[in-house]
Amino acid sequence: MSTLTSTDRALYEFAALVGADDPIAVEGNRTRWHLGGPLDESARLVEAPTGIVDYQPSEMVVTVRAGTTVAELHETLAAAGQTSALPDRGGTVGGAVAVGENRLDRLGRGSARDAVLQVRYVSAEGEIVTGGGPVVKNVSGYNLPKLIVGSLGTLGLIAEVVLRTNPLPPVQRWIRAERVDPRDIRDALLRPGAVLWDGTSTWALVEGHEVDVDAEVDKLATLADIADVDAPPELPPHRWFLSPQGAAHVDTMTDGAFIASIGVGTVWAEEPPQPTEPDPVAAQIAERTKQLFDPSGRLNPGRRAGA
Amino acid sequence: MPLFRSMREPTDPLVADLTAALDAGRVRADGAQRSLAAHDASVFDGGIAGPVCFPETTEEVQAIMRIAEQHGSAVVPRGAGTGLAGGAIPLGRPVVVSTGRMNKVLSVDTDNRIAWVQPGVINLDLSKKLRPKGFHFAPDPSSQQVCTLGGNVANNSGGPHCLAYGVTDAHVVSLEVVLPDGQIAVLGGAEDEPPGLDLRGAFVGSEGTLGIATKIGVRITPNAPAVRTLLLSFATVRDAAQTVSDIIAAGVVPAALEVMDQRMTVAVENYVAAGYPTDAAAVLLAELEGLEGGVEIDAARIEELGRANSATDVRLAGSEEERAALWKGRKTAFGAVAQIASDYYLHDTVVPRARLADILEQIYEITDRHEVTVMNVFHAGDGNLHPLLVFDAREEGTLERVHAAGAEILRASLAAGGVLSGEHGIGVEKQAYMDELFSSADLDHQNRLRQAFDPACRANPGKVLPMGHSCADIQALREMPTGVWG
Repeated sequence: MSTLTSTDRALYEFAALVGADDPIAVEGNRTRWHLGGPLDESARLVEAPTGIVDYQPSEMVVTVRAGTTVAELHETLAAAGQTSALPDRGGTVGGAVAVGENRLDRLGRGSARDAVLQVRYVSAEGEIVTGGGPVVKNVSGYNLPKLIVGSLGTLGLIAEVVLRTNPLPPVQRWIRAERVDPRDIRDALLRPGAVLWDGTSTWALVEGHEVDVDAEVDKLATLADIADVDAPPELPPHRWFLSPQGAAHVDTMTDGAFIASIGVGTVWAEEPPQPTEPDPVAAQIAERTKQLFDPSGRLNPGRRAGA
Repeated sequence: MPLFRSMREPTDPLVADLTAALDAGRVRADGAQRSLAAHDASVFDGGIAGPVCFPETTEEVQAIMRIAEQHGSAVVPRGAGTGLAGGAIPLGRPVVVSTGRMNKVLSVDTDNRIAWVQPGVINLDLSKKLRPKGFHFAPDPSSQQVCTLGGNVANNSGGPHCLAYGVTDAHVVSLEVVLPDGQIAVLGGAEDEPPGLDLRGAFVGSEGTLGIATKIGVRITPNAPAVRTLLLSFATVRDAAQTVSDIIAAGVVPAALEVMDQRMTVAVENYVAAGYPTDAAAVLLAELEGLEGGVEIDAARIEELGRANSATDVRLAGSEEERAALWKGRKTAFGAVAQIASDYYLHDTVVPRARLADILEQIYEITDRHEVTVMNVFHAGDGNLHPLLVFDAREEGTLERVHAAGAEILRASLAAGGVLSGEHGIGVEKQAYMDELFSSADLDHQNRLRQAFDPACRANPGKVLPMGHSCADIQALREMPTGVWG
């Protein structure tokens, strides 16, 4: 008997709902519904189970069902002074894991991919599959959680995840800096939450103990004209995936508005990104993976991770 | 015919083809070299290695893979052989691909904060090279003076300082991989969160069963300007474990939180005189990294939490020398044990932090009952236990008792909601326990991931998954020994 197999009825009811036969997709809050191509209209839509199953702040892990909203999860975690690396863009935990986007403050909170310690999903055959484990460190077998994060529900329908949580810094302070190379801001800060750049201004989330935040802001004041601001700038709709250096030069690639995540590489832009050529051999492995996990192509038909 | 003489025959078709692709000096089919490649650092009997190859380039690894495929031979990658789970033990006389000569740091890109390295680069050598630039590679396994980055990728290695920074998979951005069919894939890249399946993430920790990484892009971490190292002494192991839980619950995430029990500190002190108290039941080594003000605040908080849990002494390392001595003691713990015992078996399990004290009490009870000596040194902040069973294999029946105690420790960890391995991997050591952690469907899906990379199961066959769940491993292992080696 597997020690990871819980008797959680909600998961078994979800597995029964998914079944083993017809084309199927999970509907969350549709915040990233368009990603990966249009869903085939033959797909039956189901909803994932909801609820926070277990949360022990001193373990820095939380077990949460996929249909729970990220907002609800983060509200619970914040009460214990913690949060997770999942972005709250109005969607569900399962949706955020299936999409795999990082938070704006990815430098401070880590990546969504590294946050998923265990995943339980319903396979194309209608079985509950568990990958990973419920502890913060684990190399027991193949890393199925990594494969599921960002897979857009094409390999299995996510039912429940165990996420790593992180403590919220005691102080977080957004500042805006003018007349400075954003990379100098990034290099001046030991562990910023985020450094953003729109081609003119730079925003930085300076965080930590108050004494350190004050010292770091003082240091920035020697490099640039700075001012405290309430919030980061609004983000344009399209995401580009560049290297950190690429993002620092994105002003040469587009005439439209953008916000570049300095030190990360992600850019939010008014214009859609240029298509990139995936590595052909990696694409073959991805194709084989899909065929092996979903031979009949019933999971999220029409969608493809990376499309 | 003597087994090893036939290996030297240049007419052996596999060896001849490999030699033509590399050169005679870098394809070793002699008994001495094959014998070296038969073992790793685990307690398990060695396997039987085929020819041992020392490629220098990706193209040579590709050539080896293709030749091995033509000859129906499996391939086992090998770094420094420091693995503790038998992951590098050759099964079925495979071609062994040593990464020892692929040991170059190709470039250090401080703009992107990525170092590009070959798989044979030694972990500590990379951090030494990065130090003048103000960076380091965060994962720091105890074997870091000898273990390779390719091996770190294969085992998703950890180390004391992974508590704050994460284990290897959080630090690998890109992998160039030679697949078992000889194709070269590039997984991941310098871009964050690239769209598509995260095959890079799936490869890290796959123990050489998905292919051979020939070029690795790793994140480099800036060195923190301020460091505080505290040593807390306790009259009971439970007090030390409770302090660890309380530190994490307080929102303090130190760079490292390491515990040693009294037997271990005594062994360490006799070996290197690092400055550990030998009269405490347990010591907690806590290290904070960050900016000056914050580490001061967090150090005071740790002291307060330690004292609330009856710490008998709290000491702040007063100098870099003192700090270095404490870490030297911690990192040479296994060397210290090797000095006093003829054999040891280092275990590796993870439990929820809150269960640390309970599980340690069980470990003492289990080992007492089996009349085996146990010493404990572990990554307490991660809940990652390393019970070290010390014994003399020459005494009849001892090895059986050691294995029986080890099995009970594993099962106790699973029963506490833990997992089989935190950083050593499954290898051959824990295959038989995989179905106690995972269901049949879970293992079947892990095998599908394996097959997506290696449909014929020729990369490091016979590892990780238990035999009944592993694609064509059984067939591959049966086919290998016939014919070629006579």
